[in-house]
Amino acid sequence: MASRSEVHPIAGAADVVKVRQVARSWALELKLSLVDQTKLVTAASELARNTLDHGHGGTMRVEQVENGLRRGIKLTFEDKGPGIPDIAMALRDGYTTSGGLGLGLSGSRRLVNEFDIKSEVGRGTIVAITRWK
Amino acid sequence: MISFHEVVKKNEGAILSAWIEEMVKGVRRADLMTDTELKQQARELLGLFAKAAESSSEAESEAFLQTREFLREIAKSRMDQGFTPTETARFVLSLKQPIFHALRDALKGNPSDLVNEVWASGNLLDRLALFTVDSAVEFRDQVIGRQQEEMLELSTPVVKLWDGVLALPLIGTLDSARTQVVMESLLSAIVETNSQIAIIDITGVPTVDTLVAQHLIKTITAARLMGADCFLSGIRPAIAQTIVHLGIDLVDVQTKAKLSDAFAMALSRMGKVVVARKPAAGMALGSKAKDN
Ligand SMILES: Nc1ncnc2c1ncn2[C@@H]1O[C@H](COP(=O)(O)OP(=O)(O)OP(=O)(O)O)[C@@H](O)[C@H]1O
Ligand SMILES: [Mg+2]
Repeated sequence: MASRSEVHPIAGAADVVKVRQVARSWALELKLSLVDQTKLVTAASELARNTLDHGHGGTMRVEQVENGLRRGIKLTFEDKGPGIPDIAMALRDGYTTSGGLGLGLSGSRRLVNEFDIKSEVGRGTIVAITRWK
Repeated sequence: MISFHEVVKKNEGAILSAWIEEMVKGVRRADLMTDTELKQQARELLGLFAKAAESSSEAESEAFLQTREFLREIAKSRMDQGFTPTETARFVLSLKQPIFHALRDALKGNPSDLVNEVWASGNLLDRLALFTVDSAVEFRDQVIGRQQEEMLELSTPVVKLWDGVLALPLIGTLDSARTQVVMESLLSAIVETNSQIAIIDITGVPTVDTLVAQHLIKTITAARLMGADCFLSGIRPAIAQTIVHLGIDLVDVQTKAKLSDAFAMALSRMGKVVVARKPAAGMALGSKAKDN
């Protein structure tokens, strides 16, 4: 159950910085360990940049979630860009269509506890991640 | 029917002196601008305005081209002088009162014409004032853009630690533009100083993601091609773990936890040894890594 949430636009390079700051401050508020904070912020940075570069911009929703006694932070990145034709391929280490390292998507999956991706060609992409305390 | 441009034309001298008098009392900033300059600007603007108004009452029209160009110049010079965009707009707007007074006198017996002409001239001056605000904001944006670029230049502190050893202490967010500039300045410094070793210190970098890593790897590879070795220092434990999970491969890169360790490694690589002058003196290395 979400107790509170915020939506942030991702329309330019400055918004990627902002998204990292938001992720960090929510992680601090939940008192995640320094390592977990860093992991969440880094994953947020990757997914925000994908939203911007590949999805032509979109939004990030941030919320505190609960599961029994556990609490966590969930980040949802959404764009209405071209979508990903082959998700399994995009999740492979080193796969890139843009000359990057091709580690953003696969790497951020390893940095969080839950990773959920939905994409439809021509409609857009939604990636949701959760890091539990 | 008498229209406002005829009134302005006929009373140009009187309007000008009333306008200047008004400004000297109110909107003028004596600290920023001399009387002579103000008077000259007012005279020229009123002249252009009166002439353009003969053929049009649209601020965006061809007839007002010269007026707009002059206002752009004024917006620019006033911004350089330290006026705010509002103050510059007020310069134009303060022309309303003397023109309205002149209209009132000329159209005494005809209230409906008076209302029309006040509205037309007022509307025109409003638009010209908005135009100066737009110009002022545009100039200000240009200045900000320029300053940002200058900051990019400033924040690329390549320091020479020793003959043949450079250090690049990176601080803050590494967005693409800045990273590019920083890395290029390191590469050119390597050539200029003919250095064999460059230490990139990322103690002050809050997040190392794939983009930052890619820039680092590219720079290190380019440095290697130029015959220099790059060491990476200041990788904090949390960042080290994150890099590993992301899957970034830094095995080919010489890394050290602290800048001082990397410097010591550089010195020993160059065959230099640091010895204490007296066994008791603890100060071996001059360089300290800042941890935050
Ligand atoms: N939101 C998205 N919309 C469309 N395509 C995407 C999106 N996110 C990822 N992709 C596709 O998946 C590929 C892999 O993404 P990933 O983030 O792993 O690598 P990258 O962005 O190319 O490089 P980097 O390692 O710098 O992140 C991208 O090259 C792109 O083709
Ligand atoms: Mg990516």
